Amino acid sequence: MASTETTPAQDAGSVEAGLDALETTATGRTPFSQTFKNKILPPIIAIAVVLVAWSLLYPVVDDPSKLPSPGDVWGEVEDQWLKGTLLDYIWGSVSRGLLGFLLALAIGTPLGLLVARVKFVRAAFGPILSGLQSLPSVAWVAPAVIWLGLNNSVMFTVILLGAVPSIANGLVSGVDQVPPLFLRAGRTLGATGLRGTWHIVMPAALPGYVAGLKQGWAFSWRSLMAAEIIAQSPDMGMGLGQLLEVGRTNSSMATVFLAILLILFVGIAIDLLIFSPLERWVLRSRGLLVKS
Amino acid sequence: MATTTTLAKAEESVEYAARLEHVSKSFAGPGGQQLVLDDISLDVAPGEFVTLLGASGCGKSTLLNLVAGLDKPTVGSIATDGRPALMFQEHALFPWLTAGKNIELALKLRGVVKNERRDKAEHLLELVRLKGAYGKRVHELSGGMRQRVALARALAQESNLLLMDEPFAALDAITRDVLHDELTRIWAETGVSVLFVTHNVREAVRLAQRVILLSSRPGRIAREWTVGIPQPRRIEDAPVAELSLEITDVLRGEIRRHGQH
Repeated sequence: MASTETTPAQDAGSVEAGLDALETTATGRTPFSQTFKNKILPPIIAIAVVLVAWSLLYPVVDDPSKLPSPGDVWGEVEDQWLKGTLLDYIWGSVSRGLLGFLLALAIGTPLGLLVARVKFVRAAFGPILSGLQSLPSVAWVAPAVIWLGLNNSVMFTVILLGAVPSIANGLVSGVDQVPPLFLRAGRTLGATGLRGTWHIVMPAALPGYVAGLKQGWAFSWRSLMAAEIIAQSPDMGMGLGQLLEVGRTNSSMATVFLAILLILFVGIAIDLLIFSPLERWVLRSRGLLVKS
Repeated sequence: MATTTTLAKAEESVEYAARLEHVSKSFAGPGGQQLVLDDISLDVAPGEFVTLLGASGCGKSTLLNLVAGLDKPTVGSIATDGRPALMFQEHALFPWLTAGKNIELALKLRGVVKNERRDKAEHLLELVRLKGAYGKRVHELSGGMRQRVALARALAQESNLLLMDEPFAALDAITRDVLHDELTRIWAETGVSVLFVTHNVREAVRLAQRVILLSSRPGRIAREWTVGIPQPRRIEDAPVAELSLEITDVLRGEIRRHGQH
């Protein structure tokens, strides 16, 4: 058979090479001008529209104690920058937020895995975990202050209660959506038990997990800001919530606005710099991101 | 045929790649227990290529699951020479890994040491004529290429028995033809035993040394043919068409029985 086989086999090989070439399409990078037009320009226009509306509204309200002008708020930025406190306020909150988030990650991940993989744990804690997600974690500020006193551990407690359920639930839904085919394929390859969890279940659940992380960060940040605004004490150090409170006590609407805008911008920036790229990378590497 | 015979001789100490003895399987259905497979006894010899042929509801996939050890028979026993490799109709490649890493995962789970995996994976990709696809993501490959990577991953298990569950059913006819040639070549080169499930009569005849026809509901062995046509065959060859016709007639007779009551 060896001698007669050579021709058809070679033939199959060359036909195959042709088919492979026909059926795969080359993909290139999109040029920057297109990225600029599709991705960067629209948000810039949106910001400009908001600023224009704000400037038009300012003379209508005509009361700087209720609505400061964009210029006033910018003056406040310069002021805080020159005092050297602006970055302290931002870093104070961001460092707390990220540290709290990392803690939530360390707790939420194993918890999510347990709920997803162990039937009894799911039946027992699944509903509580989903319920906790709809409970605003601000509700915990008062008891946390009573239990722990006015210090940083209150902040972390509130962040954890806000973010852990999101992260755990994200992982649970990620695991639930793993196609059974992958599990079967994994088992035939010998990936069972913990090896199956590590090599198949976790990577397959990654898109849901990352979505949970994204939401977990939003919850962390929101809970932290609420806690900073409510729990006021000199021991707390600096943070954007404190900045807002400073504005309130000084009746400076410009400071209050600055604090609100910074809270918004930091939330957006962390999402844009960390979570969105992570999510896009996960989806793109699996061919789940359709180029528009 | 030289390669296959020598390999078969080397493994003559093992009697079978798979042995099924009086295997039955029933599932709990709406009307009580439903018998899906009824008293299947079957041997796959080392290096043999067997196709299981049948219409819908003959329990082909259930049977493969049993042989693969993913499920247990209700009655009877199944023995295989080591853990079989399994290939599905869908490629079942992991999208978070590249083509090469998919193969390496199979090697890793088999216990191959780290510094040998890359070479072995490259070698397997070469075997399925996908040299250079190592770093490709699954979604960058065509349907036929994915099934070849899946075949390479299954071969990476170095199992004595390769189970294939309609692996080419979702491919276009041209690609399927080419993959038939490739599978025949790889089977001859590696000496692996193959149990191939299909509902395509010509495909069964094109590939197999032995075709086993299953009846439907419950699945029973209806008839068996030994295919003496020498390889390489083509699906258009007259002897292939002739035997296919004969088998199709028997298969239709089996199906017809279900409409008569």
